[in-house]
Amino acid sequence: MLKIVRAVILAGAIAAPAAAHAAGGDIEIPRQNWSFNGITGMYDEAQLQRGFQVFKEVCAACHGMKRIAFRTLYERGGPEFPEEAVKALAATYQVTDGPNDDGKMFQRPAKASDRWPSPYANEKEARSIHNGAYPPDLSVIAKARGVANVSPWWKHVFWDMPRDVVTGYQAGGADYLYAILTGYTDPPAGFQLSDGMNYNKYFAGHQIAMANPFAGGDGQVTYTKGPDGKPTAPETVEQYAKDVSAFLMWAADPVLEQRKQMGWTVLLYLLVTSVLLYIAKKRIWAAAH
Amino acid sequence: MSGHEDTYKPQSGIAKWMDSRLPIARMMHGQFVDFPTPRNLNYLWTFGGILTFCLATQIVTGIVLAMHYVPSATEAFDSVERIRRDVNYGWLIRSIHAVGASMFFFAVYVHIFRGLYYGSYKAPREVLWILGVFIYLAMMATAFLGYTLPWGQMSFWGATVITNFFSAIPIVGETVVVWLWGGYSVTTVTLNRFFSLHYLLPFVIAGLVALHIWALHVAGQNNPTGLDVKTKSDTVPMTPYAVMKDVFALAIFAMLFAWFVFFLPDYLGHADNYVEANPLVTPPHIVPEWYFLPFYAILRAVPDKLGGVILMFAAVAILAFAPWLDTSRVRSTKYRPIYRWFFWLFLISCLALGYLGSKPAEGVYVMWARIFTFYYFAHFLLVMPIVGIIETPSSMPRSISEAVLGKGGGKGAPAAVPASPEKR
Repeated sequence: MLKIVRAVILAGAIAAPAAAHAAGGDIEIPRQNWSFNGITGMYDEAQLQRGFQVFKEVCAACHGMKRIAFRTLYERGGPEFPEEAVKALAATYQVTDGPNDDGKMFQRPAKASDRWPSPYANEKEARSIHNGAYPPDLSVIAKARGVANVSPWWKHVFWDMPRDVVTGYQAGGADYLYAILTGYTDPPAGFQLSDGMNYNKYFAGHQIAMANPFAGGDGQVTYTKGPDGKPTAPETVEQYAKDVSAFLMWAADPVLEQRKQMGWTVLLYLLVTSVLLYIAKKRIWAAAH
Repeated sequence: MSGHEDTYKPQSGIAKWMDSRLPIARMMHGQFVDFPTPRNLNYLWTFGGILTFCLATQIVTGIVLAMHYVPSATEAFDSVERIRRDVNYGWLIRSIHAVGASMFFFAVYVHIFRGLYYGSYKAPREVLWILGVFIYLAMMATAFLGYTLPWGQMSFWGATVITNFFSAIPIVGETVVVWLWGGYSVTTVTLNRFFSLHYLLPFVIAGLVALHIWALHVAGQNNPTGLDVKTKSDTVPMTPYAVMKDVFALAIFAMLFAWFVFFLPDYLGHADNYVEANPLVTPPHIVPEWYFLPFYAILRAVPDKLGGVILMFAAVAILAFAPWLDTSRVRSTKYRPIYRWFFWLFLISCLALGYLGSKPAEGVYVMWARIFTFYYFAHFLLVMPIVGIIETPSSMPRSISEAVLGKGGGKGAPAAVPASPEKR
């Protein structure tokens, strides 16, 4: 076992990055203009609601989201659907509970406190359905993915890093998801695509097991209509990808709004305190110089 | 320094009663109130206090996190997510703890380079310095153990890679690794012992810090001139002077800390650690946290595994020998015209190794890692002994007070500074 582990590590630590490089290295992921970008950005409630719709109608067929409780869909800082609508939605899902007094597990409608039910009984079932691939749970996917920096070292160190720290760049996961969802194209001539794989220009190695979820193209998801009878947002693949990426960012980071609000309060407090401490320090040291 | 005049006078009856039984107030007064500190300390000297704050923050937030965390391979990842989502302010406590580790290392690196620049390791502060190296080692162990606890992909594979270092030991290596793991691979057993040790080590650090402060208060603080304290006018009482400055610096440091906690909680981490540990899938890049990157670069710069591991540990251990490798007569690099250049070269080498450690070990990266690794060791083994002998120090002030107040002591002779400025 020890030897196998060591072999795997060697393969992982040395061969895999080399292979990634051989396959074209890290791919530059374009940054998007998210409403939750930076140090002041907050979620766009309407976008999260649309994103949830896309998730429910498209992604949820294959992906679970087991860490998200139904109640969070109406709690503050999220999509903030009406509480009654969420409870009604939860009731349309069946969850396993028990054992009851007879020692039997039983099915019951989900409650607001229940987590999003998985579409699979277990990982083995998922793999058997999907040709050996396992659609990952999407609860924290927006934090579990990021963007690689492809700048030369001097730009990376002296420009990109300071800029990201000052502007509070934390949307790498959403940028990545948007890129993948809109990155399905025909493979370039001569590209050898393995059986059952799909070409994606932003995926490492360009071969992804997930089929294009928006293969239906524009209009695949019907958004709610506004008072003028027109959809509240364009029914395009780009918009679907954007909305669902924003929704997944919220799923992974549900406290973003509370976090940033508290951040400004804390910083303001520290700023005032620092000024007072500096004045006190100046006065005390005046005698020593 | 510890021999300075005792000015403690118990005021109340209780204080007098206590003073004749356990004079702890007298000791605190002597060590932290009228303790003489050099009057020329700059803001780099505030990092000792900042580091104490970091340790306390990590211990307090860590104890709270341990109330909610479940050290088990099947539940650790879930329990961290529960802390982030369901525990009241769990996201805040976890963010402070995770960012706090980085802030702790940032502060300790400033502190170490401050010591290197001003020659704080030189006599009579060798033991103080070596205790510092031990604290740094214990911090590294604690940080590594802590990073395995969320049981993400980087946790698992980091733990696997680091523990595998010990397999490089000839003959007994494999046995040692099995002993460390408590099995034949990294499992829930390993996670449990790592959690136990992660809870233990901070208190070991706290003990070492107590010794570190004790040793500091025997030798007294170094200062930017590197000169010894000669007269009372070279110093000011720790309270309120040094304490006030420390508190102000701490508030500024807390702003930096808060910026990362609230606006960039994941910037210093790695996205792969939000993927639950999977022994069957190796992440494409196994990269340690930023504060270990220079050592990771040194490890991978050596083609031989055992050689790499030895060199990596040597990179930390060599710090402990700095007091004897440095042959200079003066402490402060301020007065060392030749060594000054080498100091900055050393700092650049460490930063460059950090960058290279984050890159794949291939091609031009390996070449540069070897060059900077060579300089890292050459700095201690060649530059420190040789430059110290051949260099002529530039002209220095005669005393600390002359450095602050100018020749002749500014406006007349520098009077000893009153303990309480408002009672002048």
